[in-house]
Amino acid sequence: MAFAGRRDVPEPPDFGILKRLARDQLIYLLEQLPGKKDLFIEADLMSPLDRIANVSILKQHEVDKLYKVESRPAISASDQFCFLVRPRIKTMRYIADIVNADKMSGRSRKYKIIFSPQKFYACEMVLEEEGVFGDVTCDEWSFYLLPLDEDIISMELPEFFRDYFLEGDHRWINSVARALQLLNSLYGPFGKAYGIGRCAKMSYEVWRDLEEESEADGQGRKPEIGNIFLMDRAALVADTDYVTALCSQVVYEGLVDDTFRIKCGSVDFGPDVTSSDKSIKVLLNAQDKVFSQIRNEHFSSVFGFLSQKSRNLQAQYDRRRGMDIKQMKNFVSQELKGLKQEHRLLSLHIGACESIMKKKTKQDFQEMIKAEHSLLEGFDIRESTSFIEEHIDRQVSPIESLRLMCLLSITENGLIPKDYRSLKTQYLQSYGPEHLLTFHNLKRIGLLTEQSAGETLTAVESKVSKLVTDRAAGKITDAFNSLARKSNFRAISKKLGLIPRVDGEYDLKMPRDMAYVFSGAYVPLSCKIIEQVLERRGWLGLEEVVRLLNGNEFSVSDSAVEDNPTWESQRVILAVFLGGCTFSEIAALRFLGKERGCKFIFLTTAITNSARMMEAMIEAKA
Amino acid sequence: MSRARADEEEYWHSSKFRAFTFDDEDDELSQLKESKRAVNSLRDIVDDDDDDDLERVSWSGEPVGSISWSIKETASSSTSSLEGRDSSLQKGSSSYAAFPKQVSSYSLSSLFKGRNKLPSFQSLSDALSDTGVKNYTPELRRPKAEYKDYGSDWSPRDTVRRMQRGKVCSLERFRSLQDKLVLLDEAVAGHDGNVITAVLIFLKRTLRREILFRELEVRQVALCHLIHFLKETGEQKLLLDLLRFLDRTEEVALSQYREHLNIQDVEKRREFLKGCIGLPFSAEDTSHIQDHYTLLERQIIIEANDRHLETAGQSEIFRKYPRKASILNMPLVTTLFYSCFYHYTEAEGTFSSPTNLKKTFKIPDKQYVLTALAARAKLRAWDDVDALFTTKNWLGYTKKKAPIGFHRVVEILQRNNAPVQVLQEYVRLVEDVETRLNLATKYKCHDVVIETYRDLKDRIQLTAYKCKVERGSAEEDKINSILNNMQIRWKN
Repeated sequence: MAFAGRRDVPEPPDFGILKRLARDQLIYLLEQLPGKKDLFIEADLMSPLDRIANVSILKQHEVDKLYKVESRPAISASDQFCFLVRPRIKTMRYIADIVNADKMSGRSRKYKIIFSPQKFYACEMVLEEEGVFGDVTCDEWSFYLLPLDEDIISMELPEFFRDYFLEGDHRWINSVARALQLLNSLYGPFGKAYGIGRCAKMSYEVWRDLEEESEADGQGRKPEIGNIFLMDRAALVADTDYVTALCSQVVYEGLVDDTFRIKCGSVDFGPDVTSSDKSIKVLLNAQDKVFSQIRNEHFSSVFGFLSQKSRNLQAQYDRRRGMDIKQMKNFVSQELKGLKQEHRLLSLHIGACESIMKKKTKQDFQEMIKAEHSLLEGFDIRESTSFIEEHIDRQVSPIESLRLMCLLSITENGLIPKDYRSLKTQYLQSYGPEHLLTFHNLKRIGLLTEQSAGETLTAVESKVSKLVTDRAAGKITDAFNSLARKSNFRAISKKLGLIPRVDGEYDLKMPRDMAYVFSGAYVPLSCKIIEQVLERRGWLGLEEVVRLLNGNEFSVSDSAVEDNPTWESQRVILAVFLGGCTFSEIAALRFLGKERGCKFIFLTTAITNSARMMEAMIEAKA
Repeated sequence: MSRARADEEEYWHSSKFRAFTFDDEDDELSQLKESKRAVNSLRDIVDDDDDDDLERVSWSGEPVGSISWSIKETASSSTSSLEGRDSSLQKGSSSYAAFPKQVSSYSLSSLFKGRNKLPSFQSLSDALSDTGVKNYTPELRRPKAEYKDYGSDWSPRDTVRRMQRGKVCSLERFRSLQDKLVLLDEAVAGHDGNVITAVLIFLKRTLRREILFRELEVRQVALCHLIHFLKETGEQKLLLDLLRFLDRTEEVALSQYREHLNIQDVEKRREFLKGCIGLPFSAEDTSHIQDHYTLLERQIIIEANDRHLETAGQSEIFRKYPRKASILNMPLVTTLFYSCFYHYTEAEGTFSSPTNLKKTFKIPDKQYVLTALAARAKLRAWDDVDALFTTKNWLGYTKKKAPIGFHRVVEILQRNNAPVQVLQEYVRLVEDVETRLNLATKYKCHDVVIETYRDLKDRIQLTAYKCKVERGSAEEDKINSILNNMQIRWKN
């Protein structure tokens, strides 16, 4: 490849300050309730909070006991309660119940609710209705941005996906805009902005409004990030980019996420990984010297790397033999610690690989990947359909079965009515009739739909069928259907070359394009679009693609921002994923960055994967 | 079948997707195992040292001193305060030391007061000095007067803007329908769901519902917000009225059906589901709801009977395999598995018999066989397994047939630790030669391997296989006698 043209990848800006800001504001808010207090924390906020503060910081600010916000009533003797919560109706009722119970028993306490990242009017309404408005004071902890790694910032709002894409609620758009404002003020001004999708466009507009209002003058400052790219998870209606999130991940970090669930940048490795009786919580980021070298690799290259690494390690330990006292002393004082650290990490990741292999072997991973690839290419649809059917019948996994059905639906522009009915019936029988609600949600969001029998063709059909026998008419209908069934996904995929045509073997160890993140079978659409737009510095020439994606594209250069091509910031791009971003997409763009000599920073509402997306569609009891 | 197999093979051989297989025997895994051995062999060098670079982790796996850990601690001993744990928190506080020292020398509140004038305030000043500090300033710091401006006459647009910035604005001024709608439209144009909902709450309070509904019908974005809000607050009655008004009958039905999730008591749940059958679902869904009701009804009967049987201690199967959970509210297939496990031989007349379930719910053959097979294999009832696949033709000959591939049968049997004799009978039935050989080799069904090589006339492979069987065993004799058989025309 063009090594000559390859420039050094710029260093990412330091996002540590975001953590400090969040921590300082929290401390300030805690100080607003002087004296000893008990702190009730919403379950979803615990992991993010852990990343920026710890118990002793809370203690220094007179937090006495810590509780989780849950349905059980709280028993505590403290005079002051502080609640650190997401703005949710359910949580408001929980708090109101506590306050009202105290009132009934004649206890007086002080109550403070700290909403993160912001307060909603609907929450205040509930407090008012429950008769506790005024008994509690409210504050906002503007904790919008949690840096998970040197290039990943998460808003930790997994509910964004369901709220916006399923329910059509715009409540988080303002939060996104404020997050952008904060980033812009710290690391901007962003000279160029691109985006696609309705949600992306709205977020951009609200952010511009905020910028206009604030008197902050970023002009003349030297930016650290020069470009920003906003991207809807769904790029709207029903199509396309759900595909990327629905595919099985095969880069190491993605597999670890699919298998063990990475939560807020750390993962719990259970006894099967640690080969001991303990679980270990491990932070997975660029600081982990072993992980950082394998995170973006295709799983098949990871083994080789790990075994090479362990051989090296062994060799280094072996050097001890034949050392004299002085050398040994040096070895112990200088190298041993590093080696021990590496040893620990190496055995953890080897353990993780083993555990992944075991689980995947059990699940017919091989067959599953094969089915996925056929779906992506549009071959052997019948065979894949029966694979999915058997998957359902064997009760392999409710989430995986759903995922495969959705992938079938999106790549084929909906299921044939006959298949839809039969798969749905079998699914309800295997996993429970209440999933009727799940199917309804999936239909609404456009992830799993039924083809309407050749809508536009019915007129022609009925004319033809008058002329032939019933049986032949059936065949003709099928033929028409397959014509009508030219899916948007296929059209886009063809237009952008998402399915690489490769002669011979795709070398996963020396990948030539971003498709390596799916074993060479598919380039993530989101990443391809980013690549194309950056290359063209706009949407020119992509009109057809934009049309297939339902438009809402934009490309704006801020003329007030000095455009200095020598600045490194021109090669730092903030990629914003609204509705979630997968580790496969992150790996693909990191690859692209290395190829093009630029650095991608990821801002996402949350890290997602297929399982999280499917789970968001399931109705839980209130 | 074999054609499909062949296609599959071809796919794998010709395909660009380098087979990265998840097979146990694979090279990669042995490579991995080797690395593991290497790393483990180092363990004794490493383990005798202190673990100072290891994160301190409690039994639950949370790092000691982390917030999640601490909350779990409070939950387990809610009376003890954090005080007693001080010593163990030393580690936690060390990371606090990394926090810039300057900060503690100023009061924290000064941070949020506004622009910081202190030049020595290094670390944060870069960030704060030229950015709108008010972004992260909590509401409280602002003078009270600023947001208690009820009197002022903000235009709808300004009202919405102020609300977007989190300021309290009175909406009472917007009394005419016209004003209310302009306000709503401004809110929608502002793209802030929080404000849209706030305006809707106001409209809901001040407009008759038919009028509100009518206006929302032409305002889809606002409508979504109201529906979501009603779902979240649980105002079911109003939600249903709205959906009815909009003629969204299917959603009316689903939304009512959804309530069953919150009913714990099974009898009540069953009654509720009975009521759902008449709801305006699509024809297809109506039958699903009917099935849901029938299933729960059956489960209640089965549960009552079996609990009785179990406590009486008369039935051997329940003594031998006590039930781990109740069958109530389980999916149909799980219920079928249960009934194949505990009630396999019952006559079709009883509710708990598998055949009855199959008939009532029109369970497809494939589904039925898979489930019955899994249940009987779990009980190691190999005769039942045998009977499941045996069919007789009109001449009385028996033949093995399965609605699923025999490789799948083998897999299920193997997972239930079926003995080789049982296993090989089904391995033999796998149609595709390659798959058959793979399975037979993997599960050590020597006879099948030997016979397959014989049928393939593959002398080389057969000879090679000799080292896989035990010395002096019947298998070895068999191989030898085949190799010595002059009648066979070997292909190699």
